[in-house]
This record gives sequence, structure tokens and C-alpha cells, in this order.
Amino acid sequence: MSINLKNRAPAAGDSYTRKATEPRGDRIVAGVSHTMLGLWSVMVLVPLAWTVMSSFKTTKEIFASPFSLPKVWQFQNYANAWSTAGIGNYFLNTVIVVGCALIIVMVLGAMCAYVLARYVFPGHRVVYYLMLAGLTFPIFLAIVPLFFILKNMGLLNTLPGLIIVYVAFALPFTVFFLFAFFKALPGEIGEAAQIDGAGEWRTFFQVMLPMAKPGLASVAIFNFLGLWNQYLIPVAINTETHNWVLSQGIVAFAGQQGYAVDFGQLFAGAVIVVVPVMIAYIVFQRQLQGSVSAGTMK
Amino acid sequence: MTQATTHVQSDSGVRVAVRRRRKKLTFDKVSFMAVFLGLPLVIYLVFVISPFVQAIYYSMTSWSGFDNSMPFVGLDNYVKLFNDSIFMISVRNSIVLAIFLPVVTVILALVLATLVTIGGSSRGQIKGLKGAGFYRIVSFFPYVIPAVVIGIIWSQIYDPSSGLLNGFLTGIGLGGFESFPWLGDARTAMIASMVVIVWGFVGFYMILFIAAIKGIPAETFEAARIDGAGRFRTATTITIPLIRDNIQTAYVYMGILALDAFVYMSVLNSGGGPENSTLVMSQKLFTTAFSKGQFGLACAMGVVLAAITLIFSALVFLVNRITGGSQDVSE
Repeated sequence: MSINLKNRAPAAGDSYTRKATEPRGDRIVAGVSHTMLGLWSVMVLVPLAWTVMSSFKTTKEIFASPFSLPKVWQFQNYANAWSTAGIGNYFLNTVIVVGCALIIVMVLGAMCAYVLARYVFPGHRVVYYLMLAGLTFPIFLAIVPLFFILKNMGLLNTLPGLIIVYVAFALPFTVFFLFAFFKALPGEIGEAAQIDGAGEWRTFFQVMLPMAKPGLASVAIFNFLGLWNQYLIPVAINTETHNWVLSQGIVAFAGQQGYAVDFGQLFAGAVIVVVPVMIAYIVFQRQLQGSVSAGTMK
Repeated sequence: MTQATTHVQSDSGVRVAVRRRRKKLTFDKVSFMAVFLGLPLVIYLVFVISPFVQAIYYSMTSWSGFDNSMPFVGLDNYVKLFNDSIFMISVRNSIVLAIFLPVVTVILALVLATLVTIGGSSRGQIKGLKGAGFYRIVSFFPYVIPAVVIGIIWSQIYDPSSGLLNGFLTGIGLGGFESFPWLGDARTAMIASMVVIVWGFVGFYMILFIAAIKGIPAETFEAARIDGAGRFRTATTITIPLIRDNIQTAYVYMGILALDAFVYMSVLNSGGGPENSTLVMSQKLFTTAFSKGQFGLACAMGVVLAAITLIFSALVFLVNRITGGSQDVSE
């Protein structure tokens, strides 16, 4: 396709042919592109659609044929997964843990990033590199000592323990992202606020933080996805069944299934786990379009 | 901070007096720094940095975790690990993942991102393909889905008798696959698992690259076009060199992720797969620590994993530098 275009592009004396139909090369390229992207989209969508469809089938139907539509749409698969399989309880735990951790990490992360971005103090670089280390080293290096730190604090197998660990491990990403963001914000506005008599606290909460909204929104959505999907941390430090989060619950559910139990329910459970993140993604899709300037222009 | 005073000069005299005081340590400023910097740092040091440091010490003890005795054994744990054939298999598997996953994922993501951004008309303004928004939204779906659910969905897709894949393959006439156990056969288990991880991440990196490509000024593309470069040339000589740093970052992140791979591997094949063909270091570490209680040994595995991760990142940076990557160290 490149050769085709190479011949064509310099012949761009097309001031009067501009209204002509698209060049053939364009159509070929567009065709090839759409085919490949279409194939990729099918590869993404088919497994998802299949999961949703299977979640309405009985186990018998699932074993009979992977393609057939359910004869009767088994909505009770969802009810069963929610109550009998305990997904409802895990859902609640997840909402509590992720909700609290998200709020705390956004506040602490924004504060830390703001100070790092706008003030020079001794140890500035050290803090920066410590954060970088947290992003680079595998969580697995920390997991065993972490277990005992929580045990010694009496936080092992508790939701507050899980929340604080989520906060700690989401912090470096949050700080890095918001650091760049606060650096880019016009400093004059913060100065203006201080000239008008606002203290450091007020400047941050009433002036700088609202300006950082677009950045906060994108970090928040990434943190939400990351924390909602977290599996390793809870499986290591949150082992009491009644405190489980969704990811633990659904894996245990899949694991104990064998061939005897309800696959329809398993698929329904999987859908229940995915729905909140999908909604968050689709809602925030727009929010993410907002830019830095949109925040300052108001 | 210092700029504040210069601005203030032009302001009224009263304000200047107020401003000047900011140079001293007021309660406002002290409390502000203590809370804003101190609080996050304390949490971070206690729950992230200190475990990292402790792990290195524990790796040199034969600690079992159930009492407080931590006999110091020096490098014995490491010697033990290198003589443990199953651990070495897991190291090999992790390295295989770290070699193939980033290459495949990054290339696929680059191709798709390029198609979306410069697949549009070659007349007038440079623009993306029609329907690019749809492809972008759809591609991102797998990234949004929890890794455990991806694992569960794909283990059902790979199911020998009622799975989607074998149903499809027999449907198009390949009867030989009627009950082929993709995850249960040592020859295919690893590749099948890799497909799952690639599926989960291509979309994310594609979005990343699209954003990077859109950050390139349109004039650059226009200039290339005027000079007679076709789309393929533009992609290889303009786009890729200009987003080189993004590619490097993506490559490192994907490699770090591949060296972890815990969730995917443990959901797809919880026991390490047929003949340990999908056993990775993180799985081995987890069972050594939390099933066998050999915490010292598990920490040593963690150190080995961290070392491999660092070597991997260093290699990527080195290769990028040698092959002429940007000399800019600032970012």
C-alpha cells in the first residue's frame, strides 16, 4: 500500500480534483484497516457476549452446546449467585474497601503530589525516588513481610487492614500522575489566592484541588479499576471468608465448581463482578475528555 | 514560592507585609507540610518500603513464621533455590513470558493504534479512521475486566468439551479439536495462557499509543506527506521514532506485568499446569510462603523476582539507548 501512495501523494496538484471521490488507495487502506480492527473487535466482543449469554443458561444447556441460545432466560442464575454463592456479601465488602481506599488515596496522593510539585524542601529527591521504587519493585517482594506487619498491628484479615494496604500500594501511581498534573497547573493562580489571604490549606482545598479535577478524575478511574480488580493482596492478607472481596469470591466459586455445580451461576457471578467497572468506564469515558484548560477557564 | 514575592511587589503595601511573614514558619505552613507530606509518607514507608527492605533480610534467614526465631543462614536460601529444579522451571517460564508478552502485545497494539490514527483519508487534514471511537471503546473493554474474571472466562472458552474455542473449531470442520484440552496439554498450555494475557492488555496499550500519536503535531505528518511519504513510511519513520519513549514505557510495564502474571496463571491453571508448564515464580512464591510456611525461602524468591525485574528494565533502557533512543534523561 505504501508504494501505491508514494506515487499518488506528490501528485497533489489536486486543487480542483478535491471534490472527486476518495482515491482508490484510501479506500483500500480504509478497507484493510476496518477489516483488521473489525476482527480485533470481534475477538474482544465475542467472549464477552458469550459470557453474558451463558449466564442465562442452565448448566445442562451450557454442556449441550456452547452456541445455543438459552431456551428459557434463567434470570435466577443471578439471584442464586448473589445470595447462595455469597457474591452479594463479597460485593458489599468490595464496595466498602474500594470506596474507602479510593477516597483516602486520592486525598493523600493529591496532597503529596502537590507538595512535591510546588515546594522545594530537603529530601525532595529522596521522596521522589522512593515513590519510583514502589512502582518498579514487584508486590511479591513485599507480600510476606506485609503479612506479618499487619499481623503485628492486629489488622490482618480485617477490612481496615486491607484498605490501608490498598492505599499504600496505590499511592506511588497516584502521586506520579498528579505530580505531573500539578506541575502543569499555572502557579499564578495559587499565588493569587495567597495574595488574597488564603493560607496553605485553603489554597490547596479551595483553589488548587478544584483546578486539578480533570487529572483527579483520570487517576481516580484508574485507581478504581486497579483496586476493584485487585486479587493478590486480598488473597494473601484477607483470608476470612466473610471478609472476602469479589475477586476472591469468584475464584473460590470457580475453583470449587468441579463438574457437579452450576456453570450458569458462575457466568452470572462473573457478569456481576464486571458490571460496576464497565459502568464506571463508560461514564468516565466522557469525563476523561476534560482537559487542564477546562479546569482553569471556569 | 520565591516567585510569590516578585508578584507581590506590585501589589499594595499592606499585602507585602502580610506576604513577608510567609517566609517564617507559621503554624499554617508547618501543619500543612506535616499533614500533606508526612501522612502519606508514613503510610507509604510502613506498608510499602519497609516490607521491601525486610524481605531482603528475611531472605537470609530460615524463618518459618510461626515463632520469632529467625536463624540467620546467609545465602543458603539462594543456593537452595538454584538447586530446586521446580523453582528453576518457574524462573524459565517467567522469563519466557517476559520475552514474548511485551513483544507481541506492543507490536499488536502499535499496529492497531496506527490503523486507527492514520487509516483515514489522505486528502485534506490528517485524520483518523471513521468509527475510530467505536474501536477505541471496544478495545479498552478487556483492560476494564478484572483479571480473575478474564481468567475464568477464558478457562471456560478453552474448556475441552463445552468451550467456545473447540465448539468453533469443530464447527469449521476441524474435528480433531473436538475435546482438545488447551490448558491441560503441556504443549499448548503456555501459549494458550499467553493469548489470554495479550488479549487482556493489547487494548490498553493501543489507547496509550493512540494518545501518544495524537500528541504529535499534525504539521509533522503533513510535512512527511508533502515530501511524498506513504502511510507505511510515515508509520515507520515518523510515528514510531516520535513515540519511542512511550513504546519503551509500555514495554517495561508489560514486562513487569509478565514477570508477575500471578492472577492469570493461578486462575487458568491453579497448580502450575501440566508438567509445571505454566508455573511462574510468583505462584511458586505464594505457595512456598502461604501453604508451606517457608517464609525465608519465599522472601529469597521475591528477591530473585525483583532482581530479574530490575535487570529486565535495565536491559530495555539499555537497548533503547544503544539503538539511538532519545538522550533526554529528564523524563
